[in-house]
Amino acid sequence: MKLCKVIKQGFFTTVQDLERCGFQRYGVPISGAMDTYAFVAANLLVGNEPNYACLEITLLGPEVEFLNDIRIAITGAALSPTINSEKVACWQTLQICKGDVLSFGRPQGGCRTYVAVSGGVDVPVVLDSRSTYVRGGFGGFRGRQLKAGDIIDAYKPSTLKSCFLMPKELIPRYSNELTIEVVLGPQSDYFTDRGLEMFLSSIYTVTNESDRMGYRLDGAKVEQKDSLDMVSDAVPVGAVQVPRSGKLIIVMRDAQTTGGYPKIAVVATFDVSRLGQAKPNDKIRFSKISSSKARTKLLEYMKTLSQMKGKLIESKM
Amino acid sequence: MGDKALLIEFGNTINLDVNQKVHTLDHAISQLGLQGVEECVPTYRSLLVYYNPLKTSYEQLVFRLKDLEERLSEFSVSTRKRVIEVPVVYGGEYGPDLDYVAKHHNISGEEIIRLHSDREYTVYMIGFVAGFPYLGEVADEIATPRLKTPRLRVPAGSVGIAEKQTGIYPCESPGGWQIIGRTPLKFFDAEKHPPALIQPGNTVKFIPIEKEKFENF
Repeated sequence: MKLCKVIKQGFFTTVQDLERCGFQRYGVPISGAMDTYAFVAANLLVGNEPNYACLEITLLGPEVEFLNDIRIAITGAALSPTINSEKVACWQTLQICKGDVLSFGRPQGGCRTYVAVSGGVDVPVVLDSRSTYVRGGFGGFRGRQLKAGDIIDAYKPSTLKSCFLMPKELIPRYSNELTIEVVLGPQSDYFTDRGLEMFLSSIYTVTNESDRMGYRLDGAKVEQKDSLDMVSDAVPVGAVQVPRSGKLIIVMRDAQTTGGYPKIAVVATFDVSRLGQAKPNDKIRFSKISSSKARTKLLEYMKTLSQMKGKLIESKM
Repeated sequence: MGDKALLIEFGNTINLDVNQKVHTLDHAISQLGLQGVEECVPTYRSLLVYYNPLKTSYEQLVFRLKDLEERLSEFSVSTRKRVIEVPVVYGGEYGPDLDYVAKHHNISGEEIIRLHSDREYTVYMIGFVAGFPYLGEVADEIATPRLKTPRLRVPAGSVGIAEKQTGIYPCESPGGWQIIGRTPLKFFDAEKHPPALIQPGNTVKFIPIEKEKFENF
């Protein structure tokens, strides 16, 4: 069924699901929602499975007109959403009527907002996923960001009659200053002790050259040992690469899958999601954790996501 | 590496022996269907193994991978060798850098073509852009450094040389390799399963064709 029509484009809006798994060996990045936590929450708030396709909105939201009655939920960055010019709440189910206009205002924390719709956004599955990979020109809505005039479809909404509200304590606060946990390696031995110390003690700034492919950071250069050349290998999401310039690049979801820059560290999965809400000029500090600690935290994070549904506050419509 | 992948490194060189070990381990893991493994990314010199920590523990997986590494010889390479023939128009508008490469080595363009299409190349890995195969190694006589200034647009199908590697641009993209020819084959198609025409570990042989054949392909 018809979901909505895009009236104004906004800065950058794409359709994303959790991720595209299994094709990195062919050079296809995982793509998917930059902030898994907010993405899953949005789906659960409208009674969807956690991986249904949503809209991912970046900083300046689009304006869309709904073409059917439908339940939606808005989570993630606080981008001052309004329905028919009236402020609406985030992190809860919203009942939308045909003709309602959703628009966004000033960003007030975070970078990426998710709009889930009951039943999920209807786009073709490409390589097992509905996520958009803009650089590859496939997935999502015609392999690109949404533009004015686009008509977006949704699958049949669920028959669930409940409304949900995210408990306050489970709603993240997005700060302009982030401490990000990293596991050192696999090439941390390419750097001098001084370089490693700089990396773990400096404050870095997210630059304007930051998008779904990666974040370029400004800040203390990380010194490398001389004469160590690296043969390209696989680059996971969250890898912190250090080119010869010494300026850090954090690899995000649409990045190329292989690369030749040494990786000083890899960001813990939970913090990759938090990084998804970082925007230009935000400050980042890296904190080292052991790989076993990171693995324990990953299991906790997976548990948090799988138990989120049971923690939502339910009310009948 | 990080909190949900294991990295198995076999060396830090571009070298056929090292790369064969990577592909053999990759092959062995998929043959045995190791529990909990979600995805493997083979590269020149290492294999990155992503796993689901709810389905296998780190310790269990390390143990099984070490065991496999020791038994690697049981998984022979020859049985899965697959040669893909890739037709290429060399030179002219399709290979604008052929003359430069020839001049660089002070041999004729024909000789470059002969040397480039004379041998089989291993697909060391796929990366850079979706479906881009890194192939090696070319003869020393045609190994050529990258362009000083990369092109903003290299047409899909372009066949290039960078040092001792050769590769194929599956889609139009920026690129700094010396372009010596172009193939009409489509190397990447997101609508297909698998999406890439070739797999890491396959073998590629270039077949020189005439311009007319390319245009009527």
